[in-house]
Amino acid sequence: MDFATFLIQTLNALQYGLLLFLVASGLTLVFGIMGIINLAHGSFYMIGAYLAFVLTSATGSLVLAIVLGIPLALLFGAFLEWLLFSHLYKRDHLEQVLLTYGLILVFEELRSLLVDNDVHGVSIPAFLDASIRLTEVMTYPVYRVVVSVVCIVLAVALYFVIQRTRLGMMIRAGNDDRTMVEALGININMIYRVVFALGVALAALAGMLAAPMSSVFPNMGSQVLIISFVIVVIGGIGSVWGALVAALIVGFADTFGKVLLPEISGMIVYLVMAVVLLWRPEGILKKG
Amino acid sequence: MKPTQHIIGATALALALGAAFGSAQADDKVKVGLMLPSTGTYAALGAAITNGFKQFVAENGGKLGGREVEYYAVDDESDPAKATENANKLVKRDKVDVLVGTVHSGVALAMAKVARDNKTLMIVPNAGADELTGPLCAPTLFRSSFTNWQPAYAMGKVAAEKGHKKVVTLTWKYAAGQQSTEGFKEAFEKAGGKVVKEMTLPFPNVEFQPFLTEIAALKPDAVYVFFAGAGAAKFVRDYQAAGLKASIPLYGAGFLTDGTLEAMGDAGKGLLTTLHYADGLDNKKDAAFRLNYAKTYKMQPDVYAVQGYDAAQLYQAGLAAAGGDPSKQEAVIKGMEAAKIDSPRGAFTLSKAHNPVQDIYLRQAEGTQNKVVSTAIKGLADPARGCKM
Repeated sequence: MDFATFLIQTLNALQYGLLLFLVASGLTLVFGIMGIINLAHGSFYMIGAYLAFVLTSATGSLVLAIVLGIPLALLFGAFLEWLLFSHLYKRDHLEQVLLTYGLILVFEELRSLLVDNDVHGVSIPAFLDASIRLTEVMTYPVYRVVVSVVCIVLAVALYFVIQRTRLGMMIRAGNDDRTMVEALGININMIYRVVFALGVALAALAGMLAAPMSSVFPNMGSQVLIISFVIVVIGGIGSVWGALVAALIVGFADTFGKVLLPEISGMIVYLVMAVVLLWRPEGILKKG
Repeated sequence: MKPTQHIIGATALALALGAAFGSAQADDKVKVGLMLPSTGTYAALGAAITNGFKQFVAENGGKLGGREVEYYAVDDESDPAKATENANKLVKRDKVDVLVGTVHSGVALAMAKVARDNKTLMIVPNAGADELTGPLCAPTLFRSSFTNWQPAYAMGKVAAEKGHKKVVTLTWKYAAGQQSTEGFKEAFEKAGGKVVKEMTLPFPNVEFQPFLTEIAALKPDAVYVFFAGAGAAKFVRDYQAAGLKASIPLYGAGFLTDGTLEAMGDAGKGLLTTLHYADGLDNKKDAAFRLNYAKTYKMQPDVYAVQGYDAAQLYQAGLAAAGGDPSKQEAVIKGMEAAKIDSPRGAFTLSKAHNPVQDIYLRQAEGTQNKVVSTAIKGLADPARGCKM
């Protein structure tokens, strides 16, 4: 591998890792702060991608679709939390897994009824539909770079909200001791609703951003779900920073694994997970 | 206890009579077992095969071999783990005369075992696993579709004829993909080319960027891939986005562009693929088939519908040779082996291993259609390696 190729592969790894972070960040928040194992998280990614497809077809613009889609996803998340998830906090993990697995089936069936079972493409907005020339044959789509930048901005914003704002302080406190926070007169149920809606919106946004790159297809959520759980576990449950570090590790392991160790590329990410867990059973960065 | 015994006796008698009547009635009908996916990723393919099969039966006066047709359907869910159980339902419980299925190769391999163990006639209307008409071939096992090897081999020849010398292949690391890239390599290297790198990624992973970078670094004359469905659409879009489409031609087996062109948008334009069916074939059978299909089902047929249609034609040929009696299996088999099927894809016969000896077309993507460009290879027979029959 020459140096130029190495640099491009590094770019690929960064870009892939950042997109994974966007999906995993919502999962780690919901899992870490609310203690909910949400198997339906991948479905929110799928719903986001289909929202992008449907709204882009209707409005003719992906940007507009995302602007409309985010509030829809937030509302949808808040509604689901009120209807279903709010009853789960005191139940054990098995019941959470049952409900959220059921939701995967419901969402896929609804997707099949409301849209269809075909593969669809979403076009990149015209002003981003350009490429940067990297080598004499290879170009890099501007859209991918923009997605990476959006992911970085969101990572910083999330960190800021959780570490530096009053809301973030309440979220962290609720995570540590729910009863004490309630005793202090804080409406913990409202906090949870906000966190859950935020988690849904992050996953849906990831789906919307990924739609032009990945196409939109049935069961697309299940592919990101497993890798997202791997990231959450490597990073440390509940840690947004940990999820970022873990997502980048997974991005690099996957990209370079495919090129350098193709024979075992299917399991390389899981090997990394096993090694990290042996070294730090609670993940790279514990709750924070 | 007496009354109970009476009841048991009466029930047994009723069951015995029922069974007797049941089989007496079944003698007049041909029992067709359709084991196809009606849910999951391949649901649309299963529906197309069923539609095609039933269309031929309808055109044939609602009969096969002069007898009414009774269908027994099982959803195989494209799940190999449930394949043996599902096949047994049709073979042992329903005692079908012919088992038709399926799309997924893993499921088809398990079905073939059940069918062979029970000496039930089986027709594969899609699954391309080379093994079915290779090492696992059997007198009772037929295929109306293709082997993974066939379209790939034809593309290897086409790529060599276009003057390419150095080619890179890429596919998912699973049987269909590997059989396809090996078929390509065989023909391409026989014609003097060289496959410089064979790349694979785990199924169904779609993060292609590292491979595109690798291709750009290797700068081959062309790239051959085997992908299908959503993965195919994503690969082709990524290939264009990476700027490779302009400088390095991309070739694939036909599944790359079947049902995926709408999702590919501009990126799919002009792609060359090989398959045993194409849009715009110049034959009367195809024109009639398409018209009828569109009228009945309110949609355009695809290669899967053709394969279902031909499965029914193939069985009809066998029954006709056996005087319409499905229980005369040897005569049915002889009839099928000797049949010349007037398929919408163009007429074909069967090889000794019971796989179609068929023309493979070179097609070019245009809008959402794969328009025929030329016949890449006429009457291509799968080598049926490992078949002892």
